[in-house]
Amino acid sequence: MTAAIDRRSFFRLSAVAGSLVLAVPRQALAVIAGPVEDGAAIGLFVRIRPDGRVIIRTPSTEIGQGTSTAIPMIIAEELDVAWDKVTVGMMTGQMREGMEGPLPPGIFYEGAGGSNAVRRSYAPAREVGATIRQLLLAEASAVLGLPLDRLATSEGQVFDRQQPRRRVDYGKLAAGAAVRPLPKGPPPLKSPDQFRIIGTPQPQKEARAVITGQPLYGIDQSMPGMLHAVCLRPEVVDAQIATVDDKAALAVPGVRAVIRLPAIAPGALYDNSPLGAAVAVVAESHWAALKGRDALKVTWTEPALREDSAAMVEAGYARLTGAGAVPVGAAGDAGAAFARAAKVVEARYDAPMVAHATLEPQNTIALVTAERCEIVTPTQRPSLCATTAKAITGLPLDRIKITAVRSGGGFGRRLSADQVAEAVLIAKAMPGVPVKLLWTRECDITTDVYRNGSAQRLRAGLDASGRIVAWQHDVATQARRYRRSDDQSDKGLSEGEVPVFDAPGALVADRAYRYAPIFSAVARGSWRAPGANIHGWTEQCFVDELAEAAGADPFDFRLAMLTGDAVLGNDRDRYSVKRLARVIAELKTRSGWQGRRVGKGGAGSKGRGMAAHFSFGSYVGHVVDVTMGEGGAFSVDRVVSVIDCGLVINPNGVTMQNEGAINDALNTALSLEITLKDGVVQQRNFDSYEMMRMDRAALRIETHILPSDEAPSGMGEPSLPPFAPALCNALYAATGKRIRRLPIRDQLA
Amino acid sequence: MPITLKLNGQPRAWSGDPDQPLLWFIRDDAGLVGTKFGCGIGSCGACTVHVDGAAQRSCVTPMAAVDGKSVTTIEGIGKDGALHPVQQAWLDEDVAQCGYCQPGQIMAAIDFLQQNPSPDEAAIRASINNLCRCGTYVRIARAIQRAARSGAKA
Repeated sequence: MTAAIDRRSFFRLSAVAGSLVLAVPRQALAVIAGPVEDGAAIGLFVRIRPDGRVIIRTPSTEIGQGTSTAIPMIIAEELDVAWDKVTVGMMTGQMREGMEGPLPPGIFYEGAGGSNAVRRSYAPAREVGATIRQLLLAEASAVLGLPLDRLATSEGQVFDRQQPRRRVDYGKLAAGAAVRPLPKGPPPLKSPDQFRIIGTPQPQKEARAVITGQPLYGIDQSMPGMLHAVCLRPEVVDAQIATVDDKAALAVPGVRAVIRLPAIAPGALYDNSPLGAAVAVVAESHWAALKGRDALKVTWTEPALREDSAAMVEAGYARLTGAGAVPVGAAGDAGAAFARAAKVVEARYDAPMVAHATLEPQNTIALVTAERCEIVTPTQRPSLCATTAKAITGLPLDRIKITAVRSGGGFGRRLSADQVAEAVLIAKAMPGVPVKLLWTRECDITTDVYRNGSAQRLRAGLDASGRIVAWQHDVATQARRYRRSDDQSDKGLSEGEVPVFDAPGALVADRAYRYAPIFSAVARGSWRAPGANIHGWTEQCFVDELAEAAGADPFDFRLAMLTGDAVLGNDRDRYSVKRLARVIAELKTRSGWQGRRVGKGGAGSKGRGMAAHFSFGSYVGHVVDVTMGEGGAFSVDRVVSVIDCGLVINPNGVTMQNEGAINDALNTALSLEITLKDGVVQQRNFDSYEMMRMDRAALRIETHILPSDEAPSGMGEPSLPPFAPALCNALYAATGKRIRRLPIRDQLA
Repeated sequence: MPITLKLNGQPRAWSGDPDQPLLWFIRDDAGLVGTKFGCGIGSCGACTVHVDGAAQRSCVTPMAAVDGKSVTTIEGIGKDGALHPVQQAWLDEDVAQCGYCQPGQIMAAIDFLQQNPSPDEAAIRASINNLCRCGTYVRIARAIQRAARSGAKA
């Protein structure tokens, strides 16, 4: 790791062309060279222009989660500028040789993932804004000849407390402030009751550029002299190139090269994601490259195994319920508790693999020369792109420039750098020529790092009063949750896959957890709310079953268990049972819950269901109303959501993420799955991977955000896990049929 | 004979492959990147443009099919630098998350509102079939209704 960064280095400043620049100094951080607009030679968070406009750049990449607005709001708050004077952007990154980890390391959260950006940037972002404000005050003190304690700030101006009409714009102070010595010690911060920007609903800063079609996304970028690449892949997972006849392809007008790309084993180049074999066609236009690809004649080798997803899951489940299960956590004596229980409930739940299907397909522009490498890419992890390029080119990190741009969706897909690796491999074969690799939709769906599938067994023992007295949760899933994880031990594999910290299980004194691998060569990766996106469903559906077995209302049943001040979780994610209980209690009130009723099914039958779950720092509960249609179809009539995400930065952003996550979860629960048959991924494009359109969407969503003084937590993920169980519980209420296998498809027909 | 068309009011000629989809002419040849690639099979609608005023998936529209036609993209709907009323409704409802599908959604909505000046929610659900992977359908529906209330047509 890089040495600890001292505050003074972090806040070193430089004056450039009359602008104030808060810069991360190269010698200390080794990060961020450029952009070079206004002659800035080093990176920046904040720039104040002479006319008072403020530009705030952060290293958190925008994938649709709203952090390109939320994090600048935090900086602008402490800087004390008018929000309408602020424009936002992303940092360009460059790492120094010998540096590891994210960029900039340890100070500001890089990229996007784990709903981390807001929760991990909140404190440093405030300090960035407040430090610059201190410098502006010091400069004003010198300019006005007034002591510091007579000065205050408001909306981009410093004023004299005794004669408030004496004011100086930040824009006029910026150049002088930039070369002032840093104040000693941490800067004073506002108290929350002084916030004017934080907590106010703000629209997304880049919305206008989005809806006017500005070139924001990776796919929209270009470099002079750039060529276009597409790839032909084997249909069968893990097949290798046998023969290539590229005569006809090279004869297609505009085609410039055909490049063989052998498969890369997990861990061989950059991380633990594999990259399948491909043949790339490079041409003067994307269309010419596609025609060249169609003219290729390639034969592939037969892989050692042609996988079948259904068989692989059954083998894993047999391992789980047989001798192959690995205990991964236990407390008390679950066996004895089950023997004592008045009633034992057991159920199997199955969730499939799913694809990310970001609407902007994977793409990267790469330029490789003997001296340097440039990459422009929509990514959730810029530093991984840099280390990937280093592994392929052999260039030192300070010769590799990463420009991370807005992503047309992320959902975890762009935490992997396989597409970047492929682009750099192609560019390396064409030195000096920038190449834009664009995956077709078919390529994107069949070459994903899928959300792992899972088959689970849940068991609970109830005592005579209907309390849970024994708990067992067994999880079979693909052997490597993250192929990019370095830890391939049983512990590394099962951690995160087996929800040993989740309520209610973790509150039961006698409990046991087991894990069994589902072996597969298919790459897996992070998919919005990893782990929780399945466990939230299995646990919250199962708890609904338990409440029914206990003859209890689903709200009352949960609240009876969630008493006391216990804090569950691990070092990364700690959650308070009390906060979860508050969300559930509020949800009951705000949804107007009137107890459970189970309908008979059939057209017109209505049902209500609820679920609540903690994940990635935040607490979310939903109540879902459904009405059954003909042939097992149904409509989602209304969703009421209650959210505790700590102190809220941008309530509008939270509401947007809640609405989006609900429809993402609905989409996925309705009809999405990736299956393998005879080694071939069966879904190829949106005709076979059926993404939901507006006709089935949830359009009435009421988002209630609870006030909180707790530290802010993110909302990119936490609304997703509780939706599918609330939906399935509602469908049970409407039909009397439990959904224990996703997707729902025609199970209610 | 080259293919001739109007793109956002400007005359254009195309002498390349007549099978090339309009999408790649717009993006790679004309350099207008607001029209997006999503699927290449006419399913998702990210590539929606207007051909003689009607919404069409440009990824499955060959250049030969737009000979003599007038094509409008997201860059061509505002007048004199002002936003189109449907774009304004999109801003007022703050619809976009990742935003990648939204130019196509807006192009679809403009055509839809021309046919249905005051649609109810059921008509919007039934007619707009562009994919939004982020699930912003709540606000897309709201923005279309807002635009309808403001009397937004072409």
